[in-house]
Amino acid sequence: MTVASPGLEAQTAGSGVLTIAPSSQLSIERGGSAEYTLKAQLAPGFHVNSNMPGDDYLIPIKLTWNKEPLEAGPVMYPKAQMEKLSFSTNPISVYTGTFEIGTRFKAPASATPGMAFMNGKLRYQACNNKECLPPRTVDVRVTLNIR
Amino acid sequence: MGAELPVSKISWSVGVAGAVACALFWTGCSDIGAKKSAEVQEKPAAAGKPAQFNLDAAVGKSAPAFSLKDADGQTVHFADYRGKVVLLDFWATWCGPCKVEIPWFMDFEKEFKDRGFAVLGVSMDEDGWKAIKPYMQNMKMNYRVLLGDDDVSTAYGGLDSLPTTLLIDRQGRIASVHVGITMGKKEFEDAISKLLSEPVTNASVTGHLDGSLARLRSPNGR
Repeated sequence: MTVASPGLEAQTAGSGVLTIAPSSQLSIERGGSAEYTLKAQLAPGFHVNSNMPGDDYLIPIKLTWNKEPLEAGPVMYPKAQMEKLSFSTNPISVYTGTFEIGTRFKAPASATPGMAFMNGKLRYQACNNKECLPPRTVDVRVTLNIR
Repeated sequence: MGAELPVSKISWSVGVAGAVACALFWTGCSDIGAKKSAEVQEKPAAAGKPAQFNLDAAVGKSAPAFSLKDADGQTVHFADYRGKVVLLDFWATWCGPCKVEIPWFMDFEKEFKDRGFAVLGVSMDEDGWKAIKPYMQNMKMNYRVLLGDDDVSTAYGGLDSLPTTLLIDRQGRIASVHVGITMGKKEFEDAISKLLSEPVTNASVTGHLDGSLARLRSPNGR
């Protein structure tokens, strides 16, 4: 599927098995708030650990944001799937396929109006039933229209 | 899956991948398959740079040398294992499939140790011994564990996936490469037994003899 909407910015998770959808421009008023949804898709057969994998050794997925120009509220992770994988004794908490991670941003009343970018990082670690890929940290960038 | 790419080095130090624009959304940009490419050719060495080691074409070649620290802080030189059959396992504490194989390898260490066999587990954990030592204790690992680094990763073709396990014969040649869990305990056991049953040749101990002869021949040794 190709998405070519105006104002969108293509982003990918480096050369990994996880792809991040281009984000639409986020329009936000000074002093107001808006929600941003990061859409991610994993290659078939792969999973990433959820934000709470339930095993201290597993690396949780984590989305973090810079401190400006917007203030980021708590990151909202989707409900994880409990999957029994061929290598695990117990089901583990994972995301597969397409999933979304939300963040509510607040624009300070003192924010400079105009176009800007909100930068963040997504850290994750992917595996399939037979092998694991090294953990990755990828840049996430949202185009802002601060009004 | 995307186009197959040459094996490339992955930085294990959480290299921050840039936001590389992808031509098509939901397509490409996959690193899976790179290591499995039958078309990947070993590149000739660029000036001053070693050739990229290609795991896909590694069988029969000498296992790249390395020197790494073990859990006691001792430097371990791979060359010291010449003459032994070695199971070299690249793994990490966060790797679920690796955890399945560790008890197998512990059994092999116990079963074959006295026949000239050793397991070397090279952990690629970014957090180092802080992460590895509690895991070793928890798993009661009985074989030598080393802390890997970018150099050993590069030497072994980038180690795109874990576990990556190599069986190495007494001559230091790579007998087989297993990326991910590709076979069960019994198959590993049979492969080790076969390597151990191969006759010990002079070449198996060349490293040690060469070292001795070098010392004997050195001006100070006379």
